[in-house]
Amino acid sequence: MLDFIQQLVSGIALGCVYGLIALGFVLIYKATEVVNFAQGDLMMLGGFFVFTFIGLMGLDYWLGFLFAVCGMAVFGMATERILIRPILGYPQFSIVMATIGLGYFLRSIAGMIWGTDDLKIETPFSAGVVRIGDLVLAHDKLSVIVATVILCAVLFAFFNYTRLGTAMRATSENMLAAYYMGIPVKRVVSLIWAISAAVAATAGVLLAPITFIHSNVGLALGLKAFPAAVLGGFGSIPGAVVGGLIIGVIETLAGFYLPQGWKDVMPYIVLLVVLLIRPQGLFGPSMRKKV
Amino acid sequence: MRFIFKTDYDQDIRILKHSGYWWSYGILLAVMVATPYVLGSYMQSQLVFVFIYAIVGVALMILTGFTGQASLGHAAFLAIGAYTAGFMQSLGVPFIVYFPLAAVLTGVVGALVGFPALRLHGIYLVIATIAFAFIVEEVLARWESVTHGNEGMRVRTLDLFDIPIPRDSDAFYFLCLLVLVGVSVLALNLLRSPTGRAFIAIRDSETAGKSMGIDLAAYKVKSFAISAAITGMAGVLFAHKMTFISPEMFTLLLSIEFIMVIIIGGAFGVHGAIFGAIFIVMVDPFLTALKDDVPVLVSSIASSLGMAKETATDLRDDLSRIGSAAGLKGAIYGLIIMMFILFEPYGLYGRWLKVKLFFQLFPLYKRATFKRQKTYVKSERNR
Repeated sequence: MLDFIQQLVSGIALGCVYGLIALGFVLIYKATEVVNFAQGDLMMLGGFFVFTFIGLMGLDYWLGFLFAVCGMAVFGMATERILIRPILGYPQFSIVMATIGLGYFLRSIAGMIWGTDDLKIETPFSAGVVRIGDLVLAHDKLSVIVATVILCAVLFAFFNYTRLGTAMRATSENMLAAYYMGIPVKRVVSLIWAISAAVAATAGVLLAPITFIHSNVGLALGLKAFPAAVLGGFGSIPGAVVGGLIIGVIETLAGFYLPQGWKDVMPYIVLLVVLLIRPQGLFGPSMRKKV
Repeated sequence: MRFIFKTDYDQDIRILKHSGYWWSYGILLAVMVATPYVLGSYMQSQLVFVFIYAIVGVALMILTGFTGQASLGHAAFLAIGAYTAGFMQSLGVPFIVYFPLAAVLTGVVGALVGFPALRLHGIYLVIATIAFAFIVEEVLARWESVTHGNEGMRVRTLDLFDIPIPRDSDAFYFLCLLVLVGVSVLALNLLRSPTGRAFIAIRDSETAGKSMGIDLAAYKVKSFAISAAITGMAGVLFAHKMTFISPEMFTLLLSIEFIMVIIIGGAFGVHGAIFGAIFIVMVDPFLTALKDDVPVLVSSIASSLGMAKETATDLRDDLSRIGSAAGLKGAIYGLIIMMFILFEPYGLYGRWLKVKLFFQLFPLYKRATFKRQKTYVKSERNR
């Protein structure tokens, strides 16, 4: 039984990692209905930024964290301006391919600049564990869980209770109508890319002690975070985190109880089953077409 | 400029619309038949890969370009075709039997994937096909009695009516060419039939298609099945060309490469698939050649322009260091995808058509003819 709980807890920690990356997917989707396949790679880049600030320039952890997040926000804005804005409004799949291309590009460039070794930074969460009874939880994983919960709550409130959040939802519904209502659509889209890249950077910094910083880390985690976002329903912020938790817990439990090999496919099998039953994901708004 | 005097309704749907087509495609075919006797074995081998990629490109073109259903799982279909070939051959089944059998089997699997596609669209479909591809990859790695797992499987030389056709022979080249031509004709015929029209209607608007009486479910499944079956055929040829197959050859990256084929070529015609395949297969040897030649060339130009000898040598070394950096190929791939989507959305075939039209209408060509219609973004939820 203790085994089970311990596995469950580490599954939840892993799930929060996926959820944190999935949040970035969902944000952009929610505001522009664009799917950003390079989200994992933005996270990877955030990790490298913080390595540059802390590991190479020797800044304080929190200062480096702040710089990395701000740097990535600017980077996200620039990406939107250069790559996404010219093709906004074309078929969704061409935008997906453009972001896949962006992912390829960022991975290679990061590998060329920072090398292909696993990099590490010293963080306040690196050592130390929390013990609850016989349960053991490392500080770095706890930091991910706490950050996910906080970010999820803040973003949820932002989208539902602020004027800007409402403007973003309106933009996703119909850009032309939103523009007529006086919403500065271009600025809103830029802003959402900045926020999404900042969330990705946060994930990258918090994951740095767990997964290390490596140019391929974004691809591997992104490919798991993506099903998480779909599972939760792409447009839903709590859905992203719940989806992440489900994927994380299933993956950990499958790795522990099922024969080797099931660990990697089980999340996808669950995803397919859920999509068969509820094509819009668990929390997604229902998409009904009338003919 | 050519004026075609139409006397018959059938003229509009003919594959070879006028005598010019007979000439140009006849010459192209003659060139392709003569090629193995002219080119070296390396280029011939590259051409075989072009053919295989083009077959997959045609398959994806039918599914993505004409039915509008995105798939990032075609590497899995290729794998199923390849492994069917390898397994059947090891049981002693002749090529003439397992080649169609692989196509049928892959087609059935494709139809099964098509069923969820009835309810999913857009991004949900993309992720479902990715999930399918991951599951297939894992099954191939674990089902050791059939696939030999991660150790991979050796595929013996192709045997057609007791005549061995090794992977480097002219006969293998002609076999691939034959399959590509056959598949292209099949695709062209399909797309001018009622089925093909229904596919296009589904792509343009499911709602409109359905109100015109198109059975969405049946046609989507058909499109998936046909696309998968063609990819399965390519898989058989791929297995025999590689002579060794293992699960890690059929990853997501291969699926992305296949999508690149139709994006770069242009997703609205068989020509596009072939142009894209040529581009994707040839970009690698081209880059390798550039890597060796460009630094030398640049430094010799620089020194002839009066640069000091040491600086020129340094420049050459710097350039070749950048050229041989580990991830350069990925960066260039990514850049190519982004550039094509931004600046050449109709792909190489679109550029070809534009140039052709420019000369046909010489002083009267208008750039707006090919302007993409840009709409503001509306939610898919309400579409």
